[in-house]
Amino acid sequence: MARVVVDVRLKSEILDPQGRAVQGALGRLGLNGVTNVRQGKQFVIDIDGELDAAATEKLHEIAGNLLSNPVIEDYELSVEQA
Amino acid sequence: MSAQGARIGVVTFPGSLDDRDAARAVRLAGAEPVALWHADHDLKAVDAVVLPGGFSYGDYLRCGAIARFAPVMQEIIAAANQGLPVLGICNGFQILCESHLLPGALIRNDHRHFVCRDQRLQITNNTSLWTRDFELNEEIVVPLKNGEGGYVASDNVLDELEGEGRVIARYLEVNPNGSYRDIAGITNARGNVVGLMPHPEHAVEPLTGPTTDGLGFFTSVLSSLLQGAAR
Repeated sequence: MARVVVDVRLKSEILDPQGRAVQGALGRLGLNGVTNVRQGKQFVIDIDGELDAAATEKLHEIAGNLLSNPVIEDYELSVEQA
Repeated sequence: MSAQGARIGVVTFPGSLDDRDAARAVRLAGAEPVALWHADHDLKAVDAVVLPGGFSYGDYLRCGAIARFAPVMQEIIAAANQGLPVLGICNGFQILCESHLLPGALIRNDHRHFVCRDQRLQITNNTSLWTRDFELNEEIVVPLKNGEGGYVASDNVLDELEGEGRVIARYLEVNPNGSYRDIAGITNARGNVVGLMPHPEHAVEPLTGPTTDGLGFFTSVLSSLLQGAAR
């Protein structure tokens, strides 16, 4: 079995209102000195069998088209073979 | 083609809200609304398409991100690239951006609250297929209701949109959602695809809307079809 992890982050120039809300909460909880919070998403995808090159390529296509929007987001994809 | 004969499709996705209002606006403008279903590869030979507001697929992942891959969207993307008039309102605008039929993206409102208000707009393009019945710089008031209506794009894209006159409407008085450069709606280079965050389909009758200013978008596409400007 293979586990594929895709992390999606907003590009640095895109405003992150949710991150800003979390940043406000951190201050209220007594964590001082926080200069920035960015909220992202993580997808954990389990796949039967070995991951071949074609499947890896397909996963990158999906990560770049469905799981992230290239206009506002970047993604990182990593594979763990079990 | 006569205006009577114009058939305008309105797509229903799981979670669409404003498909009925959009169909009603089409009817009041003088055309025949045709219901289109997200799961069908069938545009029923319509002359134009409206992607209505709502929360397609629960807004999961990103607004419009899953709707973009619906079977009906594959037909709409291909037809739009051939010149079919397409208007995306609110969630429909988000779907058009996710489909890359329009540049940029729509993100959560900068103030993080859902906004619902009667919004003053300035029409800044009266050559697109969906805005040609307006006067240039005409001011209109239509409802606005969104949680993720902040229009964002790179400076290059914004400069290009402005340079080519492709910003079709801007927010006046208040920028309700943090949209860059007060952009409320844009069109593609060809002028057949328009995305708009406010809701013209809710301003088509005095009884139920703040104005009837919204009708102009729907009569515009009829004028375009009559004049053979579409396709």
